[in-house]
Formats: sequence, structure tokens, C-alpha cells
Amino acid sequence: MAEAVADRELVVADTGSLPVGPVGRHGLGSWGVAMLIAGEGALFAFLLFSYYYTGANAPPGWLLEPEPTLTLALPNTILLIASSFAAWFGEHNILRQRRRGALLGFGAAFVMGVAFAIVQVFEWLSKSYRFGTSSYASLYFVTTGFHMAHVVVGIVVLAAIFAWTALDYFSPRRRLSVSAGVLYWHFVDVVWLFVFTTFYVTPYLGFGQ
Amino acid sequence: MRTADFRTPEIGLDSTAHEARLKRLWETSPGIKGFFTTVDHKEIGKRYIVTAFAFLALGGIEALVMRLQLAGPDLTLLTPEQYNELFSMHGVSMIFLYASPILSGFSNYLWPLLLGSRDMAFPRLNALSYWIYLASGLFLYAGFFTGNGPNDGWFNYVPYALRDFNPGMNQDFYALGIVLLGISTTVGAANFIVTVFRTRAPGMSLNRLPIMVWGTLTASVANLLVIPSVSLAFFLLWLDRQFATQFFDPNAGGQPLLWQHLFWIFGHPWVYAIVLPAMGMVSDGLPVFCRRPLVGYSLVALSTVATMLLGFGVWVHHMFATGLPSLGLSFFSGASIAIVVPSAVAVFAWLATIWLGRPVITTAFLFFSSMILLFVIGGVSGFMTASVPVDWQLTDTYFVVAHIHYVLIGINVFPVLGATYFWFPKMTGRMLDERLGRWNFWLTFIGFNLAFLPMHLTGLFGMPRRVYTYAPDMGWDTLNLITTIGSFVLGLGILLFIVNVMKSLRTGERAGANPWGASTLEWATSSPPPPFNFAVIPTVASRHPLWEDQLGEESAKSSIDRGMLLASGKETIGTSPLDAAPDMILEMPEDSITPFLLALGTTILFVGMLLKTWGVVAAGGALATLALIAWLWPRQALREREPAHG
Repeated sequence: MAEAVADRELVVADTGSLPVGPVGRHGLGSWGVAMLIAGEGALFAFLLFSYYYTGANAPPGWLLEPEPTLTLALPNTILLIASSFAAWFGEHNILRQRRRGALLGFGAAFVMGVAFAIVQVFEWLSKSYRFGTSSYASLYFVTTGFHMAHVVVGIVVLAAIFAWTALDYFSPRRRLSVSAGVLYWHFVDVVWLFVFTTFYVTPYLGFGQ
Repeated sequence: MRTADFRTPEIGLDSTAHEARLKRLWETSPGIKGFFTTVDHKEIGKRYIVTAFAFLALGGIEALVMRLQLAGPDLTLLTPEQYNELFSMHGVSMIFLYASPILSGFSNYLWPLLLGSRDMAFPRLNALSYWIYLASGLFLYAGFFTGNGPNDGWFNYVPYALRDFNPGMNQDFYALGIVLLGISTTVGAANFIVTVFRTRAPGMSLNRLPIMVWGTLTASVANLLVIPSVSLAFFLLWLDRQFATQFFDPNAGGQPLLWQHLFWIFGHPWVYAIVLPAMGMVSDGLPVFCRRPLVGYSLVALSTVATMLLGFGVWVHHMFATGLPSLGLSFFSGASIAIVVPSAVAVFAWLATIWLGRPVITTAFLFFSSMILLFVIGGVSGFMTASVPVDWQLTDTYFVVAHIHYVLIGINVFPVLGATYFWFPKMTGRMLDERLGRWNFWLTFIGFNLAFLPMHLTGLFGMPRRVYTYAPDMGWDTLNLITTIGSFVLGLGILLFIVNVMKSLRTGERAGANPWGASTLEWATSSPPPPFNFAVIPTVASRHPLWEDQLGEESAKSSIDRGMLLASGKETIGTSPLDAAPDMILEMPEDSITPFLLALGTTILFVGMLLKTWGVVAAGGALATLALIAWLWPRQALREREPAHG
């Protein structure tokens, strides 16, 4: 460490032992994903702003589904939230150095994500309107479409984490990719709650009626 | 072989052997390979600057052609359609392709040097940001040169931008080009934010940051949050045009005003994003020529942030004439007027710095100090239009055109030209010619004011903006002729600037490490800096590490020649967000082709969308996805994974 220098009082940073590269979730990658989430979160905020702005200024009858059916949407929402827990379970097992448990968690999250996407396609097909029918229809399909794009990216991320875990890349110390990817998946799931609330719940609360 | 997960960085003095080792680790390979793979922030910064100046020149030529058309009444040099594309492309070039990227260029080049680091937090993201910026500029100009440029002004209101009224590809080029550019700006903003919070030299706590860093940080936070708004607006516009969605068409419940909201929620913070870093250049550069520290550092830093916070809540002042409820107008009018306060703080701080200092008159000083005057003029005309009744009188007249040019040329171009005179020696090792510089400054200054000061009157006399010609008996003839003459003088000034740069690159006087006797860290390393910036990581003990002996304010001294060596790999130090205490050793990525490939794939994807050729979209998407997977693949060299087992 810094020895005393005779003529000048030098302040050389007093460093102890420092981690080399990302350790745990401590690394620049986590900050990068946080930035990504901030930007994408803003994107969804503007999409939902567009919905509320258009809806608030629209004449009665704007909602094409005044009482949106929850038959597919509610179970699908629960499935997506459950997939977040599965992903968390996978990350937790990386910390415990249990690779099989980790693979189980990431694999289950992946399957649930794919299932969500498939059910969402059926949900779209069940609608009596198409994206060009009216501004409501455009907002519904484009907002859920943007979310679907994020789900697809998330599915690819989960697949990558699964593969890398299978290749035995990670340890409790070197696992930033896992934590960053799982954080992104949590974001995809949380933002869906806002989309779901907007399109499926607020009509029951009287918005746009 | 496995290296330790934890290490205490070796502390030592700079030496030739040490520098040679660092150079091997950090230097970009020469030739075509290095060109496409470099992640050196200095190289990327210079590319940004050169590219942005090229767009400035193009936008300037467009403006001069328009000024010829407007030199007298009833001229027929341009058709109305040509005029529409020219004024739109002029705005797009200046605002999107010059004003923001030029600041990104300076910040990219300077930040790691100002912060005492060896590169940006995400060097590959930095390269990606540049390539996508270049691609979007080429994309937009490809439209313009094939007669498909934007033709509805830079803020592109619907319904004129919709397909019924605008059936060509003009708006599709514009919409997709801006979405593409948005990717570049967003990843750049994210990079700046993480860089400032995680890669400062030890000891450079937040209250020791140069003001330019505050400016770019503030702008970056704003960009990260509001670029999605404009990207979304343009994407929805493209969907409305090409896939018959109904976001903006009132016949199917759409909202034309939604466009204006989404655009200006982005647009007004963006105005601050393209001036705050430039104001930071003045706050950092001007005091060097006044031979004293900036007066009121903390107030200026806080007012930078305050300007942006208020700036999020003023967008409706662009929409005063759209018939919104008066309660809403009052709120936005009040917020717009309140912005005067933080702006005035900066002005008085600069004036006090000159007043209390011993000014050395250089070309850079002239550009920086004249900016104060132009800022006051542009600020006052902005303050006037913040008042709703005044705005109703002046909106869509040349008064607003005069205002925006005082703001954008006065607070962006003048500081940027000053910054070029100031930092050119650091970037190239040579000084810009001072004699040519004086001609450059006075022609630019006189030409600019000759062109735009009378334009306030043109507007007050009622001349509407964006009209390709005017009748002779309106009282606008002389004013327009003066503006045209002024604009050519201004153009001549800019031409001299380019001449000066070309000439000085070859024959300019050699600059030492610190030709201006400045105080911040970038002047502690050689001109131009070595690929690794600093042989040892400096430790900072004050706001002015190179002026400590003269100022004698701090008991502790910064350490420039002695510090962490960090030479066992391509490494720099990671520090804590507030106090900049070292908290990790960062393994920096090698040069890589993946940013270029990702940018290429993304561009192909956008070209496919433009042509609605789904095979091209799929090919571009596949290339982008593969590049991204390769990029993110956990690598042992970056300590992102454990070594292979077995």
C-alpha cells in the first residue's frame, strides 16, 4: 500500500482487496439492465398514457369490450407471475450451487413463458375486432403486441441462461448473466400487470364507459 | 489458468515499461480491422464529431438554398414541395443529426479523460451507438436524396403526416429513421449514466464533477426516459400509415393531439438535452480563460438538474394554440416561466466568473463569452412565448424561428465551436490557428446576428413560418433580404472554421499536454492521449486537480503520477456512485466486431420494414439476434463465468 512520500502529502486511494470483474450481482451488467428496464418501462408508460389519453377524450361506446372476458387472460396472468417465481427459484439454486434445481427453475420459467405466449395468441384470435377496427382496437393490439415482443426476448434470454447453466458456466460468485436475465424477466412480468390492469380491470372500474 | 477473484491493485509510479505494456493491451489494431472493431472512446468520439459536423454542413447548405428562395418576394427558385422537404430536412439534420450527436461526440471523447478513467463503462455499446447513428443519418438522407425526405417539418404533425395527405414514402423514411436513431441515443444515454456513476477516478465525489459531466448526465437521464415517447409516436405513425391502425385518425376514434403530446413530451426535454451539455462546456471552458474557478459551482450544478426537472413539465407550451383547457395552459405557462430562474443562475455565474477573473482573450473565450449574450436573447424570447397570450400572437411566425435559432445556434453551435478551439489541441496535439480563429468568430457572430436578430421583427410583423414565398407588399422584403445576407456571412464563418481545422491538422502549432494551463484531468495526459488515457489511475482530492498549487484551497493533494497501475489485463477501476471509493476492478472488453454486426443487422431490419419486404426483415433480425447472443455470451476473460470444468 501507499508509503509515505516525503515532500508532499499524497492521497492515493486506499484500496483493500477488490473484486476482479463482476462478483455476484455486483457489476456493470446489473446497471446496464437497470437502464434497459428504465427505458422500456418508460416505453410502456407512454403506451398506457396513449390509452388513457385517447380513452378519456373518447365518446361513450369507445370500449369495444365494456366487460372484457377474463377466461383466458386471468389464468394466463397468473401463469406469467408464477414463471417469475420459477426463474427466481433457478437463480436461488445457482446461489446454492445446485445445478439441477437451477435447470429446473429456468426450464420451468421458459416453458411457462412459451405457454403464456401461445395462450396470448389464442386470446388475440378470440377478439371480435382487428387492430384497424378503431383506436381502442389499435391500442389493445399494439400494447399487448409490444408486451409480446418483450416476452419473446425474455424467452430467448431464459433459454440462453438455461443453456449456459447446462454448460456449467456459473457459480455463486460468477453469475451476473443469470441475475441480469432473471431481473429482465421479472420486469416483463411486472409490466404485464400494468397492461392487464389497464385493459382488463379498469373497464370494470368505469374507465372509458 | 485461473486468476484470483479478489486482488489489491498494485500502486506505483508511471514508467516506460509500464506504458509499453498498457499500450499493447489497449491499442486498436491498425487498418480496416481496427476501423470496424475499435471500442476506443476517443476514436468513437472523433467519429461522432466529424459525422455531426458533416450533417451540420448539409443542414447549413439546405438553409442557404432556402434563404435564396426567400431573399425577395415571389421568387421561384424552389417549388413548394421542394421547399417543404428542405425546411424539414434542415430541421431534422440540425436537431437530430447534429445538435445531439455533436455533444455525444465531445462527451464520448472527453468523459473518461475528465473522469480519470480508461474508457466508458460499456465500450462496445459505445461503438454500437455510433454505428446506428451513422446508419440512421444515411437512412434519412437516402430518403431525402431520392425525393422522399420528411416534408412536414421536424415535428411532423398529423394529419398531414398520415397517408391520405402524404401518400409517398417521405414519412416512412422519416418515421423509421427516427426510431432507428432513437436506439442509438438511448444506448448512448444509458452508457453515460453508468459511466458517471461507476467509473470515476477515486476521490472524484459528485461535488467534484466538471459541470459538463453534470450537463451530459442530466441530458442522458432525460433522453433515457423521453426518447421512448418519440420513438413510440413515430412507430405508431408508421403503423397508421402502413397497417391502417387508428391512433391518430379522428374518424375511427383516434386523437390527432396524441401525436403532439407524445412528440413534445420528448421534444421539450430534448431541447434541454441539446443545450445543457453545451452550457457545461462553457461552465468548464470559460473559467480556464478567466484564470479562476467557476463562480457558484454548486448552484450551477444544481440549476442544471433543476432546469431538466422543470423541463419535464413544460411540453404543452408548444401546444398553447390547440384549444386545451385554460387551467392546463396556466400550469404549463407557469412552469415555463419558472425555468428562467435556473437559467439565470448559470448566466450570472458566468458573468461573475469573467468579472472576478483576469480574462485571456482567445477565440475559444470569444465563442464561450458571446454565448452568454445569445443565451440571454434566446432566453428572453422564450420567456415571452411562455406567456399564453403572447404565444397566441407569435406562434407559427418567424419570431419563433428567431427564438429557436438563438437557442440552438447560440447555446449549442457557439459553445461547440468554442469547445473545438479549446479541446482540439487535446484531440490532435495541434493548436487551431488563432488568426483564422478571429475571422471565424467575428464572421460567425456578425453573420448570425445579422440573420436572426431582424427575424424577430419579421415575426412580429406577422410573417408565418414554413411558407415557401411571400407577397411583395407585406413589409417583409428588406428584413428577409438582410436575413439572407446574414445567413451567407454566417455560412462563410463556418466555412472558415472548416478551413482552419483542415489547415491546423497539418500545420498547427504543436500543443503540449496542457496548452491552456487548465485545471481538469484531461490536461494531465499527453495530447493526443495514449490509448489507455492514464498510465496510472489518478486519485482526485479537489475539483481542480491541476490547479491545487495555485489555489491552495485543499490540504490534500491529488495524485497524478502515482496510483493504481492496473496492467494485468485491459483493466480500469470501478468506484462507488457517490463518493467514488474504489469498489471493483473492471475487466474491459477487447475490440469487437459484434457492435458493427448488430448495427448492420438492425439497419437491414429497418430497410426491410421500409420496403415491407419480410424476407429482408427476417434476415436483418437474424443477424442482429446472432450478434447480440455472441455479444452477451458469458466470457471468462471478462470474468462473466467460471473456467471450464474437467
